[in-house]
Amino acid sequence: MLPDTIQTALAGLKAGDYSAAELSTDFAARARAAQAELNAFITIATDDQIVDMQSRNRGADLPLGGIPLGIKDLFCTEIMPTTCASRMLQHYQSPFESTASSRLLASGAVCIGKTNMDEFAMGSSNENSFFGPVHNPWDHQRVPGGSSGGSAAAVAAGLCLGALGTDTGGSIRQPAAYCGITGIKPTYGRISRYGMVAYASSLDQAGPMTRTAYDAALMLGVMAGLDDQDSTSSDAPVDDYVAGIDAPLSGLTVGLPREYLDALGSGPVMDAMQEAIETLKKSGVKFVEVSLPHSDLALPAYYIIAPAEASTNLSRFDGVRYGHRCSNASELGELYARSRSEGFGPEVKRRILVGTFALSAGYQDAYYKQAQRVRRLVKNDFVAALEKVDILLAPVTLGPAFEIGEKTSDPVSMYKEDLFTIPVNLAGLPSISVPCGMHAPGETELPLGMQFIGNYFSEAKLLNVAHQWQQLSDWHTRKPAVSKRQTGDRETAR
Amino acid sequence: MSWEAVIGLEVHVQLATQSKIFSCSPTVFGAEPNTQANPLDLALPGTLPVLNEKVLEMAVRFGLAINADINKRSVFDRKNYFYPDLPKGYQISQLDAPIVVGGTLDIEVETSDGLERRCINLTRAHLEEDAGKSLHEAFDGMTGIDLNRAGTPLLEIVSEPELRSPQEAVAYLKKLHTIITYLGISDGDMSQGSMRCDCNVSIRRSGTTELGTRTETKNVNSFRFVEKAIAGEIERQIDILEDGGSIAQETRLYDADLNETRPMRSKEFANDYRYFPDPDLLPVVIDDAYIDAIRAGLPELPEAKASRFVSRYGLSDYDAGLLTGSRALADYFEATAGVSDDAKLSANWIMGELSKRLNQNDMIIQCAPVTPDQLGGLLLRIADNTLSGKLARTVFDALWDEGGTADGIIEAKGLKQVTDSGAIETVVDQVIADNQPQVEQYRAAEPAKRGKMVGFFVGKVMQASKGKANPQQVNAILMKRLDG
Repeated sequence: MLPDTIQTALAGLKAGDYSAAELSTDFAARARAAQAELNAFITIATDDQIVDMQSRNRGADLPLGGIPLGIKDLFCTEIMPTTCASRMLQHYQSPFESTASSRLLASGAVCIGKTNMDEFAMGSSNENSFFGPVHNPWDHQRVPGGSSGGSAAAVAAGLCLGALGTDTGGSIRQPAAYCGITGIKPTYGRISRYGMVAYASSLDQAGPMTRTAYDAALMLGVMAGLDDQDSTSSDAPVDDYVAGIDAPLSGLTVGLPREYLDALGSGPVMDAMQEAIETLKKSGVKFVEVSLPHSDLALPAYYIIAPAEASTNLSRFDGVRYGHRCSNASELGELYARSRSEGFGPEVKRRILVGTFALSAGYQDAYYKQAQRVRRLVKNDFVAALEKVDILLAPVTLGPAFEIGEKTSDPVSMYKEDLFTIPVNLAGLPSISVPCGMHAPGETELPLGMQFIGNYFSEAKLLNVAHQWQQLSDWHTRKPAVSKRQTGDRETAR
Repeated sequence: MSWEAVIGLEVHVQLATQSKIFSCSPTVFGAEPNTQANPLDLALPGTLPVLNEKVLEMAVRFGLAINADINKRSVFDRKNYFYPDLPKGYQISQLDAPIVVGGTLDIEVETSDGLERRCINLTRAHLEEDAGKSLHEAFDGMTGIDLNRAGTPLLEIVSEPELRSPQEAVAYLKKLHTIITYLGISDGDMSQGSMRCDCNVSIRRSGTTELGTRTETKNVNSFRFVEKAIAGEIERQIDILEDGGSIAQETRLYDADLNETRPMRSKEFANDYRYFPDPDLLPVVIDDAYIDAIRAGLPELPEAKASRFVSRYGLSDYDAGLLTGSRALADYFEATAGVSDDAKLSANWIMGELSKRLNQNDMIIQCAPVTPDQLGGLLLRIADNTLSGKLARTVFDALWDEGGTADGIIEAKGLKQVTDSGAIETVVDQVIADNQPQVEQYRAAEPAKRGKMVGFFVGKVMQASKGKANPQQVNAILMKRLDG
């Protein structure tokens, strides 16, 4: 019987229940078996590659020794291609490793594969992938969320014990909610962005996606910390995220942002959150209403700032040095135009155009600069609220996962997916998304999530609260029915 | 109806750091293409810039040397345009918050009224990265891109449009060149592209204050070309305006072969660069302590050094000015004077014989095969009369061509000056005996005319002694024999 958390796997490995080699090859087999149905991966490691990764760790007592992980295909890796789910980088092989993935590998983890995602991290449903959409393991007709949809689906379906994702406007937290798993976006600057292909430089953050807060703490502990190669990485000391994870909740004050709850309205998410609040109150948590008055400005500000930064970050993809180059260009302008038109998908092009416009002469002040001013207001709201309470509790999404194709014809409706997650990125604060309920609109049960938002570098507190919530609830232990069918456990095979 | 030229210069100086401004690639000139371009220089996905501390230090050093304001909070901006030698599709530069603001440069120009001193104001100096190189020949209809240069640190130094002639522009450039080499922040080698000049030129009616439309002539890479390019551009603009036309605001290139400027293809340079602060880099914040430490470490600058040469070594203003033209030359002089203990003699030899040889061989002082020790040694032997003037030159040539020491050469070639009066008398007597007709001519001539005829005998004596006879003694003994 394969373990379903990093924590149990480490114990199992120590007890000799299975070997690290068995663990990785079994999970890789699961990943391959589920690939046709879920499309959670873009590349899956070969057995040779797994053996190679294993051999590097032999004999050492490493914090994540032998743990099979998925790595979002936005991270540069040396062992497998890095495509960013784009035709532009379809065959791209990075000559260097990202800091985040290299720290995971150095701690003994084995990369099972590069997970599918929205192209260049732009999307909220994983429908913007050159390699096809990812299917939600709970209901294959539904999206897993995005842009880290492949990572979320892989963890939820038990294809790996944890995965690395990124969150610029909600891309860890929203898919975590849609897939019933845990995902934390740390404080901006907590994890190095070196080797993480840039989407919106002032918003991007890497983070772990796992079944439990405890597992997330293990992964975060390995990745967090200053990196000289990233000028925006923080030298704030890294807490021991596991040490205080069992601290009792009594005395904790949690703020509930009124504007968020108003926007959420009644429905399954509100019901689940209300129940969660009641449960937490019994453990001595106090809830207080707070106000984040500029909340409604966050979404438009983000959809100017992020595309603006992205528009220049993606200028390097021009067909000249690497990546897709069109055939038979007769002159330079054509080389650029066709390579980029052919290489990028429609959402990426949309954001490049919006971003270029927002930075252009005559408009930059009204759009980009104005959005940055608004950003400061949004951030100040949080800072003020967090002076009155320890952490905030907020919804992550408006409802459960929507259907594939439901929002693709209306980009703005897709952008509104990030309503509750974006403000946190604008402020640079850390936030953890945890399962808080289930909803069955039809026959199939669909997960619901909620997020705890903390002050700068309060990841230890967030993980503690999430972990304690997971002692009081069992939503995070639920598994999609389909995954049981397709896991191909050795147990059933015997 | 006379015209006035209004000239402003933007000079790009490559800073002499070991690594590039944002990556740790080396910056050595002349390497094989694309051997000094790492993933960051190639703008591979996932790479991030990290500021080279030395670059900042050099920029501050420059700012202090020109008495500018140092911006304690400066920001790097992205300047966006597409061109194959710009891998990221944007150049990291500084727009609204450059590291250096203001500053002045004193220049001297020779005019018909004599030497004119002017103080030129600078607008700013900012840091940015250089682009790579596009090579259009030798690639069969395609273009070769060499990214070795991409990411090299540049300091862009902008003057106010206060220069009024090509000569002033050159004087400004030369002064700038002296300062940056003095500070050790650049080798200033224009032929290698370490210093490139963009010339902004416009003209207007003399006495008016409104600026005319200007053109920008880019990447001129020698003092001579700058002078010609500006002169040509002034003339071109005057011609156009006098014919009733108007100046097109455009970017031009100087063609050295044809000695003319022509418009650049405009496609490469987009008009809207969409500048915004680079989110991958933090604002550069420095404090007074940092600036003061750099100020304390500033080397002696040319003007101060020249004053010191005048007061300490008794040199003329002119000589001091020449010798402080470059730090290397000034250091060479001081080292030589230290060995020879004769500042005047050292100055004469350096500005004379040594410079002549350097120019003949198109060399800079740093490459001189004769070291201050060697030259100083030679000068000591002149001062103590071991060597006569002409033979000193022979020794110098030997030092240059073969190396060694002055003493060694004197010994090996037996060049020691003959100062033994007896020996000289013998030679003089012989010369007189062998040249009786000339002797009689001499004695028959009027005293006033004799002076010129002595030279004949001196020449004969020097010839007979193989140049070794001490000239003063030769003269004295000859006069005694001829007149006596």
